[in-house]
Amino acid sequence: MLIVCGHRILYAVRDDMIVKVKLFATLRKYLPGVELGKSSDIELESGSSIAQLYDVLGIPAEEIKLAYVNGIFCEMDTELKDGDEIGIFPPIGGGSL
Amino acid sequence: MWILRINMSDLSYKLEELPEKYKLLYGRALTSQMVFDEVPPLCHALGLNNKLVFSAGVVTGTAAPTSARVSVGGKSPLTGGIKEANAGTAWGPDLAKMHIRALVVEGLPEKKDVYWGAKVKWDDTAGKPVVEFFDATEHIGKDVYKIYPQIFEKFGEKVSIASMGTAGELGYGNSGIVFNDMAKRPSRYAGRGGLGAVLASKRLKFIILDAKGAPGIDMVDKSLFDEGRKKLIDAIRSHPISQPKGGLNSYGTAVLVNILNEAGGLPTRNFSAGRFEGAAKTSGEAIFETNKERMGKEIYNHACSPGCIIQCSNTYYNEDQTEATSCIEYESTWALGANLGVDNLDDIATMVQLCNAYGLDTIETGGTLGVAMEGGLLEFGDSKGAIQMIHEMGKGTAVGRTLGGGTEVTGKIYGVKRVPAVKGQGMPAYEPRAVKGIGITYATTTMGADHTAGYTICPEILGVSGKLDPLSPEGKAALSRAFQATTAFIDSCGHCLFIAFPILDIATGFEGMIQECNGVLGTNWNADDIVAYGAETLKVERKFNEAAGIGKEADRIPEFMKIEPLPPHNQVFDISDEALDSVYKDL
Repeated sequence: MLIVCGHRILYAVRDDMIVKVKLFATLRKYLPGVELGKSSDIELESGSSIAQLYDVLGIPAEEIKLAYVNGIFCEMDTELKDGDEIGIFPPIGGGSL
Repeated sequence: MWILRINMSDLSYKLEELPEKYKLLYGRALTSQMVFDEVPPLCHALGLNNKLVFSAGVVTGTAAPTSARVSVGGKSPLTGGIKEANAGTAWGPDLAKMHIRALVVEGLPEKKDVYWGAKVKWDDTAGKPVVEFFDATEHIGKDVYKIYPQIFEKFGEKVSIASMGTAGELGYGNSGIVFNDMAKRPSRYAGRGGLGAVLASKRLKFIILDAKGAPGIDMVDKSLFDEGRKKLIDAIRSHPISQPKGGLNSYGTAVLVNILNEAGGLPTRNFSAGRFEGAAKTSGEAIFETNKERMGKEIYNHACSPGCIIQCSNTYYNEDQTEATSCIEYESTWALGANLGVDNLDDIATMVQLCNAYGLDTIETGGTLGVAMEGGLLEFGDSKGAIQMIHEMGKGTAVGRTLGGGTEVTGKIYGVKRVPAVKGQGMPAYEPRAVKGIGITYATTTMGADHTAGYTICPEILGVSGKLDPLSPEGKAALSRAFQATTAFIDSCGHCLFIAFPILDIATGFEGMIQECNGVLGTNWNADDIVAYGAETLKVERKFNEAAGIGKEADRIPEFMKIEPLPPHNQVFDISDEALDSVYKDL
């Protein structure tokens, strides 16, 4: 993380952040033992994207359909912030059409 | 090809040759056209002049995958407008195989205390279907789960049965028409809009079909049909939502609970919030995992009707491994779960089973109880109280009859301002303030609040056929219009709407569906033609509604959704009246 003041870089540190992750349906196996509907705290390098979160969780990209971050659909290159709540889903459907 | 008319005024029937003008009309297209042609729009829905029309789809009864749908149409006692409700059941193919394009129930008997059954069977010698009537009065006032085994025993294991429960007999706006599933359960409902009460008003308790020896479906070009069928099968089997052990086959439709909850669009405690803290406990994953724990193995879902290769129907088991109910759909677990603040899956299963047993629509029942809870009849979260209220509805007590009138009626009686209904029909499981497109569908469809009429959830929430922002109003009127027209076609072709998941994403699957229809009919339809076909059906339905006094002023979302921001996104329903009106104006 860079702390800047005007054009001057005051200091640069590498720090981590915690995001809260929920996996659903067929993805639940990637965080085994977690109670359904409960989130898991995942530590990531600051500035990590959703795609990098998938890497950390070890989920192959082709198994994932979409992610909602704090209730909003986000693309894979979206940068995450400390404390974000992320729900990750495989392709699912129902209801009706 | 015939129209079979059963006249309950004098207990007679006649077979008419199908008129040329109905030659290409099937399913919803035909039920809506015949209701428009024959039912006076201002008639009483439970009176002499209303009719019920049953029709299967273009490919129903063929080897086309997932195509055993039957549509039921009439004037709705719930909305006062036109209604088409459909279900997946062997009853649809059985009707089609006997070359009955439409079965019409009309008239009204003078004697109110006698109910009848009609058995329609194929007469090989005469080369046509015949009808036999029998006194069914002994089956009135009873749980349909008790009745169906007796009817199968009497008429044989191969018949299929349409009926209604006590909710219909009591004349409720909340009452469905029930058909048997593959395991002979009375659980496949054409549930919405009170058509069960229309059937009961005619004093026709059963329509039993015995298609043994029937000729089956004629086709103009079988090789074209087969080519289309193969493409559609490949699309269904390769799409992750519809493939074996995919989302629907593993978790059922209730897999949607968590994603709507994450998206902030799961209506909670009578549409007062978009997230429910207990949602996960009521989800498809919870059903799957509870079954695994109780049964000691993974249990995948089953087909509701012959020829289905998606197989999304679940069975939920009790701790003692007996069957609690089949099936818990997304709409049902939401209506009787999050909407009531209930997270006890066993109690939700009990409520689903009771709704089926009494002939109630689970969506309307949940919507009604949510409004009643807001009105102070029960506390939110009181699942035992809700179970008791469903019993009261089924048994026809004073409070039960009040609730049987549905969401809007109950709101009036209890003085509730937050009444989630359009055209008198309770809203399903998606919040219009958090998913704008589906709100437009609720507002504008001819059916009253109905998610199936134009399921914009696909792009807005699920990322099927692209991904749109659910909170944005941009372009949503056109989106809803396109979905409504295409859906009206799918409701007419005989396929289950769930084929839409694969065909929206896989072009060859879409092609295959059209080729199947062209193969049966000898038409040369393309993608534009089928949308135009659906649009014509919508126009006919609209004309009926306008003549029934239901015009564009009724195409509105309840006021509270325009003024009360919904957490967590704190949005209101901000679609303009002009945008809502454009759905039909530009059709």
